[in-house]
Amino acid sequence: MSALVNKIRLYWPLIKSTQTGLLLATGIAGYLSAGTPIGLPTLLGVSLTLFLAISGSTILNMWYDHDIDAKMKRTHKRPAAAGQLGRAEVFWVGMVISILGVGGALLIAPLYGAVVFAGWFFDVVVYTLWLKRRTCWSIVWGGISGAMPILSGRALATGQIDLVGILLALAILFWIPTHTLTFSIKFREDYANAGVPTFPSTYGETFTRATIAVSSVLAAVAIGWASVLIGVSAGYLRLIAVLTAGLLLLAFATFRVQSERVNFGLFKYASLYMLSAMIILAMKAF
Amino acid sequence: MKMSMLDRILLLATGLLAAYQIVVGINDLSTAPIIAYTIAFGVLLVAGLLLIILGFDVLDSPVVVIVSTVIPLALSLGLVWEHLPAFRTPYLVFAMLGFLAVVLTRTIPMQNKLPTVVIAVVHGIAGLTIFLLPIAIAVQGVVRPAFALVGLGGALIGLGGLLLSFLKAGRPILSRETIFKVLPGLLLLMTLCFVAGFKYG
Repeated sequence: MSALVNKIRLYWPLIKSTQTGLLLATGIAGYLSAGTPIGLPTLLGVSLTLFLAISGSTILNMWYDHDIDAKMKRTHKRPAAAGQLGRAEVFWVGMVISILGVGGALLIAPLYGAVVFAGWFFDVVVYTLWLKRRTCWSIVWGGISGAMPILSGRALATGQIDLVGILLALAILFWIPTHTLTFSIKFREDYANAGVPTFPSTYGETFTRATIAVSSVLAAVAIGWASVLIGVSAGYLRLIAVLTAGLLLLAFATFRVQSERVNFGLFKYASLYMLSAMIILAMKAF
Repeated sequence: MKMSMLDRILLLATGLLAAYQIVVGINDLSTAPIIAYTIAFGVLLVAGLLLIILGFDVLDSPVVVIVSTVIPLALSLGLVWEHLPAFRTPYLVFAMLGFLAVVLTRTIPMQNKLPTVVIAVVHGIAGLTIFLLPIAIAVQGVVRPAFALVGLGGALIGLGGLLLSFLKAGRPILSRETIFKVLPGLLLLMTLCFVAGFKYG
């Protein structure tokens, strides 16, 4: 029993629980945003399959990037990088969880499964295996991958890829750079040591901060537009408008004040903004 | 000064109350008060979140004086628009000119006392309006007695504004540490008074 608990304790950091949780929340919000009657078994199925597919791709990312992670102060204690888990073990755990997640999604609905698989493919194959070590623009593909959970949830509820689903996916796509680029500024030496090309090392910090600000604005526009199309009530639209104003204010501040603190503030606020927006969109179902 | 967990919880509660007020509390009013109240509670909400994220140091920013003027101005404008129809246009002009004056006197470097006078006049009129108007109409029976709580919230916002203004002017009434210690609780109590006043008044 204690051996099992020990294993779980080692496996848990492999899935980046906060990031996985937030992406799972977007998927559930995408499903609930359609306002269709909630089927509890379907909701549980969406939650489980998305959790497994996102976790599986994250574990495979950790498996492939163990050498990079070992060179970075921020990540060198991760179980795969620190050698607490063998490479083959991490690979097979990632593959089994991925197959369970994507396979389960395909069983629930082919379209839903196809979108979930697209997310897994973009993350593992395009982002991790192909582009991450070659170009700083790999984050676009990481972003597309991150946008798939919300699109899949929406597609499952509506039975099609609609404009709202695409806008919600764009919102996530534009939100992800505030996360990854802020990290790439804060830990630029780490990334340089590991030889990973980043926006700050390729284009400089000013351009990177500008990109963060612009992408935050675009994420806010996409969320606002999607909220109107979804038919969110006037009260919640006012709340989204207020939160968006705060986001734009901080994005503007990152232009004016070249400060890591303001940048990190924008990153945290953008995460809070996205979580709040997801909760508001999910309200549509109740 | 480091923010404690209790401070964060109090600020989060303030933000949630402000969010509630934005969503459900002002649905049956006309457009102008809704916009005014949304701006006031919106600034409260975003300010609460930024305080949680960036800590008390954010209060050192010169923008704080400008932003903190928005809350009493917008709130008083909403109250005047709703309850004193005859004064709508004059008060709207005052609110716009007052805000403009605060922005200009805070962005253009000045050696005289004009920035302090402008702040005192704008905050004074807006603060007294929020404090006295709800109590007056509650006493007259125009609204239910609980609406007087909005006036109490006005008194608290005045107190908070006063503490912060004197601190930023370099002549603090209380020490910086004491002000930061009471600020989250004061903000929550103030927001609670506003929300309860609007709901039950």
